[in-house]
Amino acid sequence: MTAALSARGLSKRYGKTTALDAVDLEVAAGELVGLLGPNGAGKSTLVKIACGLVRPTGGEASVGGATAGSRAARASTGYLAELFRFPGWARAEEVLALHQRLARSDGGAAEREELLARVGLSDEGGRRVETMSKGMQQRLGIAQALVGSPRLVLLDEPTSALDPGGRRTVRDLLVGLRDQGVGVLLNSHLLSEIELVCDRVLIIDGGRVVTEGRPEDLTAPGGVEVETSDGVRRLPDARREDVPGIVRELVAGGAEVYGVRVVSGTLEDAYLAAVVGRDG
Amino acid sequence: MSDALAIAGHALREAVRRRVLLVVAILTAAFLGLYALAAFEAFDSLERTSAGGFVPIDERALAGGTLLGLAMFVALFLGVVLAVFLTLGAVRGDAERGLLQPLVVRPVGRTTLLIGRLLAASAVCAPYVVIVFLVAVLITQAAGDFTPASLVVPAAGLALGVVTVVAISLLGSTVLGTTANGIAIFMVFATGLAAGLLGQIGEALDVDGLTTASSIISWIVPFEALYQNGLHALTADIGGAAGVIVQLGPFGGASNVGAAIWPWAVAWSAAVLALAALAFRHRDL
Repeated sequence: MTAALSARGLSKRYGKTTALDAVDLEVAAGELVGLLGPNGAGKSTLVKIACGLVRPTGGEASVGGATAGSRAARASTGYLAELFRFPGWARAEEVLALHQRLARSDGGAAEREELLARVGLSDEGGRRVETMSKGMQQRLGIAQALVGSPRLVLLDEPTSALDPGGRRTVRDLLVGLRDQGVGVLLNSHLLSEIELVCDRVLIIDGGRVVTEGRPEDLTAPGGVEVETSDGVRRLPDARREDVPGIVRELVAGGAEVYGVRVVSGTLEDAYLAAVVGRDG
Repeated sequence: MSDALAIAGHALREAVRRRVLLVVAILTAAFLGLYALAAFEAFDSLERTSAGGFVPIDERALAGGTLLGLAMFVALFLGVVLAVFLTLGAVRGDAERGLLQPLVVRPVGRTTLLIGRLLAASAVCAPYVVIVFLVAVLITQAAGDFTPASLVVPAAGLALGVVTVVAISLLGSTVLGTTANGIAIFMVFATGLAAGLLGQIGEALDVDGLTTASSIISWIVPFEALYQNGLHALTADIGGAAGVIVQLGPFGGASNVGAAIWPWAVAWSAAVLALAALAFRHRDL
């Protein structure tokens, strides 16, 4: 099956500065991939190449088999930029209607209504952008990215202006997109967001992919904690599979066991190990 | 073409909603009011001073030609201001504000986007200069019963002139920031006007070098050649001393630049737009 997004040896140089250096990436249909990395790591450049805003200096990228940036690729891509703005004079409905026309979507009013509902702006279709909060504008931006039911959605910091409720809405929406078979590349600084929803994570630093994998594979095991009548015992080298044996041994030794917790590291630990550890 | 029209419609809605057109309409009404006052006063004054006296030149034609020359100049100037403000941030300015990216990632070609902006600005500016000019003609007719030799050539020249300025402004917007582009376009406009004035001086003093330089520059920036051609057509039937004075004119010299200016200005605008499209296509956003 053709990948929603595929990049091979992707490079981008701005003069003497290398923004991306031979990056390989694949986002399958129905897969949610998170991009992590410090500021200036090359994440936004990668997303911009994927949607055709920036031309690569090396390598190639394709969207659904079509060269990234081509008309066919853009027709099946939805994009929310990190720094975007809609005209303040336009109403939410008008913004979506313009994008429907440009995306050649025949969804009409029903699609606009559905998209506004999905981002929690059901009653705001007639509201002008300039009267919306930053969070509402970001929700509208996400709705705009979904116009025309794209097969690939590129979201650059989609929750940066959202409150916790808004983030939950976006998380649910992303899960819904995955269920519909849409490939999603999510660029975010919010590690907890990525950890909660992404199937796979790429950590980029200095324009290169420094590590990638499933969030649960990237997070290192942190041992087992057992709460007994003698207090909490920490077994840093123990793993999940060891728990039944540990409990049996403790009970046989006369201890009373009240609880067991398998400790795992966080994505933040993995990120810091990959980025800071590398820098340091 | 449908995409270009969608972009043009969006840009036009922006001009209306942001009350650009309302402000322009109010200021234009103020200008035309002043123009009417000046025209009625001028022709009244002629009637008073001419009564019973010897008039060596056709003062009515002189007043009418000069007033309409002023109207043409102001119509062009206001049209250029409007053209520049509607387009000066079309590419780099809008990209810096984050307005352009959501549109460019759609399956609309960047060239189509530029064509849409050209159509929108032209659809506002070209009718605008024509209307201002024709209203000025009506006022001049009412005030002094003066009818210009031609209406079509000056009106069409103004319309095509502002379209050429729209094209330059779009090209500038692909490489320059908003403020820098605005300054650059007004400098180009001023260069054209200066060339026209130099031509006048050259003609008055009979200096071939100046008239040749003026002629070359006015073809390089064709809005000036179109303007000179329009001024000439406006006053072509005024003879004698009045004819000489109005052809030299206080607002740039009138000159019959020839019919080739029309296809030249159209081709020039298309070439400038093609250059803008090329620059835009190679621009990372």
